[in-house]
Amino acid sequence: MTAYLLKRLAIAIATLILASMVVFAVLEVLPGDPARLMLGLNASADQVELLRNQMGLNAPLALRYLHWAGGLLSLDFGRSYTYSVPVIDLVRERLAVSLPLALIALALSTMIAIPVGLFSASRRGRAGDTISMGAAQLGVAVPNFWFALMLIYVFAVWLQLVPAGGFPGWSAGIWPALKSLLLPAVALALPQAAILARVTRSALIEVLNEDYIRTARAKGLPYRAVLWRHALRNAMIPVLTILGLQFAFLLAGTIIIENVFYLPGLGRLVFQAITQRDLIVVESVVMLLVAAVIAVNLLVDLSYAVVDPRLRTRQ
Amino acid sequence: MTLHIDIPEETFGTILAKAFRNTAFVAGFVITVLILAMAIVSYAWTPYDVTKLMISDKTQVPSLAHWFGTDHFGRDILSMVMVGARNSIAVALVAVGIGMGVGVPLGAFAAARGGLVDEALMRLNDLVFAFPALLSAIMITAIFGPGAVNAIIAIGIFNIPVFARVARAGALAIWPREFILAARAAGKSSTQISIEHVLPNIATLLLVQGTIQFALGILAEAGLSYLGLGAQPPMPSWGRMLFDAQTRMVVAPWMAIFPGMAIVVTVLGLNLLGDGIADILDPKSRRQR
Repeated sequence: MTAYLLKRLAIAIATLILASMVVFAVLEVLPGDPARLMLGLNASADQVELLRNQMGLNAPLALRYLHWAGGLLSLDFGRSYTYSVPVIDLVRERLAVSLPLALIALALSTMIAIPVGLFSASRRGRAGDTISMGAAQLGVAVPNFWFALMLIYVFAVWLQLVPAGGFPGWSAGIWPALKSLLLPAVALALPQAAILARVTRSALIEVLNEDYIRTARAKGLPYRAVLWRHALRNAMIPVLTILGLQFAFLLAGTIIIENVFYLPGLGRLVFQAITQRDLIVVESVVMLLVAAVIAVNLLVDLSYAVVDPRLRTRQ
Repeated sequence: MTLHIDIPEETFGTILAKAFRNTAFVAGFVITVLILAMAIVSYAWTPYDVTKLMISDKTQVPSLAHWFGTDHFGRDILSMVMVGARNSIAVALVAVGIGMGVGVPLGAFAAARGGLVDEALMRLNDLVFAFPALLSAIMITAIFGPGAVNAIIAIGIFNIPVFARVARAGALAIWPREFILAARAAGKSSTQISIEHVLPNIATLLLVQGTIQFALGILAEAGLSYLGLGAQPPMPSWGRMLFDAQTRMVVAPWMAIFPGMAIVVTVLGLNLLGDGIADILDPKSRRQR
């Protein structure tokens, strides 16, 4: 168990370090001089050079990398070129939108997918299964931003139940803020739920064919108990794996969805930063997202051990 | 006395017969062929010229003259959806080609070598998977500039580890088999064995993954061009059409409905085709249905 955990942890840290090098290297080759961008086209070469020195852009590559990476560790991301505020402040402000959005979407998707998967697997081949898996097949094919547009049309333009976009901020009260996150969360969640429901169903069906399920039934346990207690737990490994992968999809999905709904979240921040060549913001947010993905995958690896006791004792 | 076991032969004919009895395959095949045909026909004929702006015909509701209505420049949406199909298919297909072309040899090599080479390649895979694909695609298109070619590269790069993983897993299952041992005994090199014996046996896996990645590529391209990072106007693309539609949803909802439906139908068709192929060629997945 400890060996397993340590190995996963070591891999996660190594991946994180490599990823930071990749991000740093990629943004090094990005055309455009940030100092020139900040000062505008009319600035003299001397002014640009001075600012480059102030910003530390003239230091050797390795030194700049270490400085940047060290800053990341102490949550000092530097200052945004375009907003002239510390990146960490920007990130904190935007995270207050993106994190709740991703979490609501993840919760919604899980709450829909697991029951649908259970329902389908226990009625395999019957009408209920065919209909729900048909719906899932359709759901997988729907691009989330188009689904978002359709939701806006029906619920914001037509029924006028929720705002079509924008975010009032948490200071406007929990309910108005949640209300403006509702459609984006549904748009993010449904296509993910479709994938998750399919995975849950096939994992469950595989488990339901096992001998121990027949044993459990033979000793007189009711079908529901077998399904929930024995089958679902054993089917959790592939489901958890997909959940972990989906977290990365959700984070990236917020980039488009936040643009659809004009939400001031991390995704919109990074998209705008890329188009404005605000490298320091891009670097920081990308690293943050990558770190989140790696951390979630590590958590998934750890949860395998919780779900599957066999992994705990294996050396 | 010889032991004789009858193994039902899988000929091309029996597979074809099975294929025609598989609803998912037939539906997926028909949809995919129709979409491909639509893209090809668009080279020779579209109801209207998509490059000609007719402001007098702007945002017309769907009618007999314009089945899918017109956009804010008076362009025929049906014609634009037809031409947009080319772009989506080309981007997604070439991206699958990149993924297979690089990923499969890498995965097969990792499986054949094992040990440190395998470990290193798989860790490299982990690294790529740590980056949310869309985020990196946005970064790549931002570095090299927006456009269809850069969208292909951006999507293609993220197909590489997917195919590497599938090829490696498939190859690892083939390597312990007896016919590989026989090939080894015959003195074939591991590269020869990979090409002559392993690849044909994982071809179905790759084909199924190929249709999945094709479908995902269509979705990714739509996302990129929605953000303005894919094919550039005046070349119509489904994602760009949705972007143009967004601010005009109240007056012209059809501008958003039809390009979106085109994406859904195409992706649905490809997914059904993939499911169908997996069903027909893999008895294990059939038993689970």
